[in-house]
Amino acid sequence: MLTKRIIACLDVDGGRVVKGVQFTNLRDAGDPAELAKAHAASGADEIVLLDISATHERRTTLLDTVCRTARQLFIPFTVGGGIRTLEDAAAVFSAGADKVSINSAALADPELITHIAERFGSQAVVVAIDAKRSKNELHWEAFARGGRTATARDAVAWARQVESCGAGEILLTSMDRDGTGSGFDCDLTRTVADSVRIPVIASGGAGGAQHFVEVFREGHADAALAASIFHYGFSRLVDLKQQLSSEGIAVRWPC
Amino acid sequence: MIAIVDYGAGNLVSVKKALDWLGHDCAITSDPERVRNATRVVLPGVGHFGSTAALGRSGLHGAIADAIDRGVPFLGICVGMQWMFESSQESPETSGLGLFHGECERFPATVKSPHVGWNQIEAGASSRLFRDLPASSFMYFTHSFCAPLFEDTVACCEYGGRFSAAVERDHCFGVQFHPEKSGENGLKVLEKFCVI
Repeated sequence: MLTKRIIACLDVDGGRVVKGVQFTNLRDAGDPAELAKAHAASGADEIVLLDISATHERRTTLLDTVCRTARQLFIPFTVGGGIRTLEDAAAVFSAGADKVSINSAALADPELITHIAERFGSQAVVVAIDAKRSKNELHWEAFARGGRTATARDAVAWARQVESCGAGEILLTSMDRDGTGSGFDCDLTRTVADSVRIPVIASGGAGGAQHFVEVFREGHADAALAASIFHYGFSRLVDLKQQLSSEGIAVRWPC
Repeated sequence: MIAIVDYGAGNLVSVKKALDWLGHDCAITSDPERVRNATRVVLPGVGHFGSTAALGRSGLHGAIADAIDRGVPFLGICVGMQWMFESSQESPETSGLGLFHGECERFPATVKSPHVGWNQIEAGASSRLFRDLPASSFMYFTHSFCAPLFEDTVACCEYGGRFSAAVERDHCFGVQFHPEKSGENGLKVLEKFCVI
């Protein structure tokens, strides 16, 4: 049976792993290559590295960090942040990434999704959607540039569009929940997951094992991503997988 | 030298990285002569079956066929395994190697496609690649098309029905999953191929 994936995310700034609460107030959490290896050894199903300041500061992704991290990693490895062109994506793949995650550049030019998919395959293209609940609470809006810029685009409609452009997966972050530890936004996740036929990775708000149970059961997520709860040892991946397993959710265990 | 065949599509770095890690002499190459003279040949997986048409244009198709005829061990990964069949519904106009009869098929509409993630394979006792693994091991898959079960299937997987997770005949092997991305289990499969 296809298992639900637990993805450890490394938010990287200046070559170091950091984690913000609602995208600000960063604090240092360590070396990306070391953390990635440790997460893989403890049972992470996949690693995502996001260069969180790349788009903002118009820097290219830290290719040497990607290369160093990829060298010791034999599970899927996704890299995002600052990928604006097909050439940027190609450089990240050459450095050892298996998938790229694009967000702002896809919003600016949805054809970029198609171009990367045609060259590297849909399985290599993850479109990240940062979604925030609208003031009237009726829908979610997609944000660009690391949550800094509103796009007035409906997040669910955008999800359908990225699928038709050739995206292989959607990495869906709830900006309302990100960094709060109060649980994933199951309404948002379910609405998107039920609207597309490609896998949806839920992100933002993980605070404990029960939140993962909820987002798989009620949110219909195919995978769930978290950062700080793993880095700071609030929750061991091993314990999380055992609990999911005991709740009847199929996970890769033992790894 | 293990030749990792480069036909101008997709990402070959991961396979090279894994073989380097295991300590085997390997090189990414698009030169038919190097493929013909390799001690082993690996055809990695890329996104689309249609991209394998480049193998025919570049002379690599013939070079791989010659190597196989000489008895050189061959491993096709993901689309590389699908190419060992005659064709795929993904790109009906593109011919595969035809080592195995039949066509690779789309997943049924009852399941999400692509099939992405870790799934269990059930390997038969006869397979040489899976000898050191438990009968049921997790491997990482990412694909929208798959090969049906047939007499050379040595491991199967369940997703919208059962399909071939691995095929094997003589010195030719194909795996639908990505051994280079399947952690310790995957590295064991690659190591087995490298010492056959």
